[in-house]
Amino acid sequence: MSTVILLTLTGLGLAALYFLIASGLSLVFGLAGVLNFAHGLFLSVGAYATWWAEPHWGLAVAVPVGIAAGAATGALVEVVLIRPLYKRPTEQVLVTVGLSLAGVALLQSVWGADPRTFPRPAWASEVTTIGSAQVPDDRFLLIGTAVVVLLALLTFLHRTRYGLIIRAGVENRDMVSALGIDVRRAFTLVFTIGGALAGTAGVLGGMYFGSVSPGQGASLLIFAFIVVVIGGLGSVTGSAVAAVVVGLLQQFVNYYGAAGAGDVSVVALLALVLLLRPSGLARTAVTA
Amino acid sequence: MSHVRKSLPLLVLVVLIVLPYSTLPVPGVFESPLNSPGTLQMLALCLVFGGLALGYDLLFGRAGLLSFGHALYIAAGAYGTDILVSHAHWPLWAAVAVTVPAVAVLAALLGAVALRTTGIAFAMVTLAFAQVGWIVVNRDPGGLTGGEEGLPLDSAGLPASLVGVADTANLYWVALAFLLVVVVVVHGIDRAPLGRVLTGLRDDERRVSVLGLSAYRLKLGTFVLAGALAALGGAVHALIVGGASPHLASADLTLSLIVMAVLGGAGTRWGAVVGGVVYAYLDQRLTQIGGALPGPLSQPLFILGTLFVLAVYFAPGGLTGVLKRRGRLA
Repeated sequence: MSTVILLTLTGLGLAALYFLIASGLSLVFGLAGVLNFAHGLFLSVGAYATWWAEPHWGLAVAVPVGIAAGAATGALVEVVLIRPLYKRPTEQVLVTVGLSLAGVALLQSVWGADPRTFPRPAWASEVTTIGSAQVPDDRFLLIGTAVVVLLALLTFLHRTRYGLIIRAGVENRDMVSALGIDVRRAFTLVFTIGGALAGTAGVLGGMYFGSVSPGQGASLLIFAFIVVVIGGLGSVTGSAVAAVVVGLLQQFVNYYGAAGAGDVSVVALLALVLLLRPSGLARTAVTA
Repeated sequence: MSHVRKSLPLLVLVVLIVLPYSTLPVPGVFESPLNSPGTLQMLALCLVFGGLALGYDLLFGRAGLLSFGHALYIAAGAYGTDILVSHAHWPLWAAVAVTVPAVAVLAALLGAVALRTTGIAFAMVTLAFAQVGWIVVNRDPGGLTGGEEGLPLDSAGLPASLVGVADTANLYWVALAFLLVVVVVVHGIDRAPLGRVLTGLRDDERRVSVLGLSAYRLKLGTFVLAGALAALGGAVHALIVGGASPHLASADLTLSLIVMAVLGGAGTRWGAVVGGVVYAYLDQRLTQIGGALPGPLSQPLFILGTLFVLAVYFAPGGLTGVLKRRGRLA
């Protein structure tokens, strides 16, 4: 029983990371139609910013710095690189591919390819006893943050004017433009939000894995892509549900099955979902 | 002028064939004379990547299929050949003869699933399938793949003429032969009606369907053919570097194939070949001289990635597009 509790909470912790990455990816794709391979870079930038800032100003300042760095990278990439290429989707993908290659190499040249030890609050290293299971506290940090982010995102999308524009833009971008609303401003906004969420995921991932390395974003990104497709492109709730399913499936099969079987089963799930429901769990891409 | 243009590829081929007989030193471009084993191996890798990039361009530039999982079939070709030679002690030719069709079957099975989706979803599904390959290779199931270390090719199973350092010229010719095979196959398709149908698929799938052709079957056939060419290239790659390494299965390899095709000029006759050769050359050469360069310039991928982003903005037709425009102006 204790194993099941531990696996469930670890799986949910992983799901939290996936959700933070996938929700940003999903919004960016749903609204702007950009498949963003540089999203992993936003994550790494956030993680390295926190790692760099922590010895100078302490963790309480370093975490917002990391999130802000992710957001700033996202906004900068949209304005400088993506904006000139709207209506040319293939070129957009190619630019983000080039950016992810060059960006990771840049991080590597500055801080080296080896993983760096990541700071974490002291309490996150302790364990809490639930039933008979000893659960490390960092799991609760991840899950808690993801729940807060999910609620905040849903509130933003459903209760604010910009949220309305984003939701409408995902459903029918041309119609929103025709109503005289500048959708492109919303594009910058979703890139900034996506960057901030990816930066958060970078900081939390660093605490969870205990280290940060230039390629960390890219390896998480592939599972985030799977979560986005399973959840339905453009759907935040879909991403949340898919992240939980993928995280739990991966943890349990990895523990009870052969090594690596969990990762394979996630891909099998993706194939199954695409065969049965090609548009993902949310079926129609709406940001509900 | 048109005579020159027509006979130019043939001329290049002749030069490439006789190149290992030359002792010419090319300072700055290569560290050692042309016929030295180091330079020949470098050139051989350039040729292999030229072929791999053109094979990928059959999917990407011609049929318009943005696959993010091409590395899977390259790795399957390399590891399949390597495992049969090194673990099962098969002769090389038999290993290749079994591996390539087996990979084609794999491509048919996975392609049949992946091609039910289109566009971005297709890219994601192929990426996910390839990721499984990467995981499997790294986990080293049953000691077959050697995990992160890779699997060195057991030279006992190879013909004597491909083993010694002095025989690097033979490996070079094998690489050249592979490139030639890919060029003949892909250019053959370009010239055949099939090539025009594929371009039609890329530009407007509905119009091809209206003509009564099955877009799904055409795309699947192309996917399988590209998979088989990738497997052959993987086997040749394993032969040249003396083994298979997990890098071959990584998403980064597929990304670099895309960079090659676009950098050279996707969908053009020679674009992907030129892109593959140039990319592989820069990648190896920048690694050699990287230590001498300051800061981020010491990372080949930083330079290549930046070049690629610039190319997407300022040279949409790739290197061959730039050459063509200059030719028209002159």
